Amino acid sequence: MNELKTMSEQVPQSAERRRFVGAAAAVAGLTVVPGVMLYEVANARPEDQPASSAVRWGMLVDATRCASGCSDCVSACSTENGWTPVAQSEHPRQAPQWIRKLQLEDPLTQAQINLPMLCQHCAEPPCVDVCPTGASFKRADGIVLVNRHTCIGCRYCMMACPYKARSLVHEPLNDTQKPDVPRGMGCVEACTFCVQKVDRGDGTTACAEACAAAGHNAILFGDLNDPESEISKRLRELPTKQVRADLKLNLGVRYHGI
Amino acid sequence: MTGKMKSVLALGAVVLTTAALAWAGAEAQPKAGGAPKPVITKAVKGEHCVEDTEYMRRNHMKLLLVHRDRTVLQGVRTPKHSLKGCIDCHASEATGSVAAAKEDFCVSCHSYAAVKIDCFECHSTKPQGSAAMHPLHADAASVEAMAGISR
Repeated sequence: MNELKTMSEQVPQSAERRRFVGAAAAVAGLTVVPGVMLYEVANARPEDQPASSAVRWGMLVDATRCASGCSDCVSACSTENGWTPVAQSEHPRQAPQWIRKLQLEDPLTQAQINLPMLCQHCAEPPCVDVCPTGASFKRADGIVLVNRHTCIGCRYCMMACPYKARSLVHEPLNDTQKPDVPRGMGCVEACTFCVQKVDRGDGTTACAEACAAAGHNAILFGDLNDPESEISKRLRELPTKQVRADLKLNLGVRYHGI
Repeated sequence: MTGKMKSVLALGAVVLTTAALAWAGAEAQPKAGGAPKPVITKAVKGEHCVEDTEYMRRNHMKLLLVHRDRTVLQGVRTPKHSLKGCIDCHASEATGSVAAAKEDFCVSCHSYAAVKIDCFECHSTKPQGSAAMHPLHADAASVEAMAGISR
């Protein structure tokens, strides 16, 4: 019952909110300097406008706040995007996995680090380089996606990805997909930065929401191109690392405390 | 000799063709009348479609194709001409889906026209929300929700 109520409230609200935010940005645009207006408009993109390269979506993971044994981000992702949690899968070794929790241990000091690993949304994505059909692509706002209409399931991108971020759907899904997240057997998939939520104007992802709800606040999502965004401010303050920075892929996901 | 052969062959060809035509005609007659027509249920939600019905019958696939690329590649998710928009209005009352049963909106015509669609290999055939969220049940759902709040 509760779920029903929240759903019925959510659907009209976010469309309403987006229109409001869009109008607010347009009004604000008249008063502020042109450079700032650009970012404002780009963040609350009108429904009929394509994603713009003025925005680059990114994520900051604070590994010092990521709790051992907590997998709220993983279950939130699974619920939002409709993939079966690996533990419930009949074939766990080949089950799709968009985000996973890792625990690393320094063999000398036994110091442990917890972090979520997901698609790093590279600016120079190797998966896009190797895709033979052009199905693997980077959207204007930096989100790396798979176009399932052209994906042939060859899995070259899975081989090319240094982060093991992509999975192939091996089993038929039998109409269990979410209306906003089409998925299908024989296609490769990965984290989409909750592109359906981004396009709706939510400005956050399911994992970031879940992490904040659990009180850890280890995941921060936002626009890397906007110097005034929360994520840009934090990135200026904190020392962060890119995983396998030696590959020079310019990642959209940065880690602090690794 | 050869002339006679030719005329016999020609006669044979004429006879065979006539017979074949007559047979085909006799066969075609009852079939045209007997083919089961697709069941086209009126959409449960909305007054009219996003375009004229006649236009949609011939061109819905073109509109969907253009919209699909705009959505996937550029992130434009306007409800008009989107597959989700079709499903929201045309999901059947009985199954809550556009492709679960033989009489459901998409399947009904596509099996009649023998055109295989693979939209629903990946896309959900049901609108967002549970069965009680179906527009037809909207009143009942809101009454229940109100009852829930007052309790």
